Amino acid sequence: MKLRAMAHSRTGDKGDTSNISVIAYDPRDYEHLRREVTVERVKAHFAGVVQGEVTRHELPLLSALNFVMGRTLGGGVTRSLALDAHGKSLSSALLDLDIPERHHTGDPT
Amino acid sequence: MRNIRLGSGAGYSGDRIEPAVELAEHGDIDYLVFECLAERTIALAQQAKQNDPGSGFDPLLEARMRAVLGVCARKSIRIVTNMGAANPVAAARRTAAVAAELGLGGLKIAAVTGDDVLHLVLAQNYRLEESGGTVADLGDRIISANAYLGVGPIRDALATGAQVVITGRAADPALFMAPLVHEFGWALNDWVRLGQGTVVGHLLECAGQITGGYFADPGFKDVAGLARLGFPIGEVAENGDVVITKVASAGGCVTPATCKEQLLYEIHDPSRYLQPDVVADFSAVSVEEMGTDRVRVTGGRGSPPTGLLKVSVGYADGYMGEGQISYAGPGALARARLALDIVRERLRITKVAASEIRFDLIGVDSLHGDRLARNHQEPYEVRIRVTGRADSLDEAIRIGNEVETLYTNGPAGGGGVTRAAREIVAVQSVLLPRDLVQPSVQLIEA
Repeated sequence: MKLRAMAHSRTGDKGDTSNISVIAYDPRDYEHLRREVTVERVKAHFAGVVQGEVTRHELPLLSALNFVMGRTLGGGVTRSLALDAHGKSLSSALLDLDIPERHHTGDPT
Repeated sequence: MRNIRLGSGAGYSGDRIEPAVELAEHGDIDYLVFECLAERTIALAQQAKQNDPGSGFDPLLEARMRAVLGVCARKSIRIVTNMGAANPVAAARRTAAVAAELGLGGLKIAAVTGDDVLHLVLAQNYRLEESGGTVADLGDRIISANAYLGVGPIRDALATGAQVVITGRAADPALFMAPLVHEFGWALNDWVRLGQGTVVGHLLECAGQITGGYFADPGFKDVAGLARLGFPIGEVAENGDVVITKVASAGGCVTPATCKEQLLYEIHDPSRYLQPDVVADFSAVSVEEMGTDRVRVTGGRGSPPTGLLKVSVGYADGYMGEGQISYAGPGALARARLALDIVRERLRITKVAASEIRFDLIGVDSLHGDRLARNHQEPYEVRIRVTGRADSLDEAIRIGNEVETLYTNGPAGGGGVTRAAREIVAVQSVLLPRDLVQPSVQLIEA
């Protein structure tokens, strides 16, 4: 399944660093996202786009993950030659990520 | 103690004006805050001020003030804004002139200055946070250096009784937190309240981004009324707990989802969001839906600030030249690729001195490169874009010219050329000891 079916997302920028939130629509999916949307997967998905380190911050109270990706914005928003210098459209690219289905194991609904 | 209602009247310098008027008229707000200063804006304003000492503030200042001063005066709504950009005093004078024209004589306007620290930055060779180099590397290309001020001087300005407070560079959340510190008498070492106050400011500072703007995704996240999007109101209690809401009749929506997206917007480590007054911690923040378009956000905390103020250093970074042309119908992609090959070769043959160059197929690979685009179908139309960096404007212009000549020299059916060339004003940061920065407040009466 596509990540888009389970989560929503927003991109922010600071200098050459982009941050992308991944927020579960349903808090019960948070653990699944935490397990499946790993730094390694995100890094591989953005190969060629992200040149720097990727770190992930977990926000269980918000059912959200925050990915911080270094050297992603063409040297920085103010000097980048890119059409989307801010990287605003990166969140949509991340929601195209394929993740395994969540197996419902009779947890309370 | 009663709640304070903060309205967010702008999320960037070019933002819509009617939502701010709507907030003033129908939002029952105590403060109307306009955040209008992007990273680079102040460097551009500094260049304008060098040409004309009476300029250097936000180009929409007059239009915004004209639209809201009357209703704000009538309803005792106080205005806080960073529209002063590189020249808060000139902005205050212009605001006073507008107020006088509107028959609002006696209106008190405070200008906060002291963020301009160019002399301090030039006096010591500080390290540039982004490149790892030093300020000296930028030589005479430096245009501006402005420190992110905290709540202190804005609170002092409010304490004078000024109805309008105009700053240059200040931390965006501080524009919203200063009224809270002023009204509730928060101590500037109450890290929990300052942490939660930062949450409030951060949620409101991008205006429509928390009421359904930068959010809609049809079929997944539907938002009604984006053409008349309402801007947010924060109802803040003495302990900093906030309910985010909007004018009921305005377009857009306030939901836990819009609040979560905005809370994490432009945040790196959520447990350490560095601000001039506090290191804010968002990691224990939670959101709760209280009713239609009413979301309660609580749990912000904080710890003492670092003692260093972030300073944005603006500098001239060469020139950028660009050209675009479109192809459509069968074979559009192949012709667009051919066009790029032609321009690539032309730039080489004619020895255009570009230090960096990009070749994009808009509609195919311009946003995320060709790897992510690989599995998608060929589009009906494609637009090529060639952009390059050069040391002079003349060289930058030549880049777009080589796209334009595709009209008569390139593949079949190329149309809609646009060209552009401009100076690049880039920004890096240095960290300055807080004690060196001395803000002050100047009062001007209409």
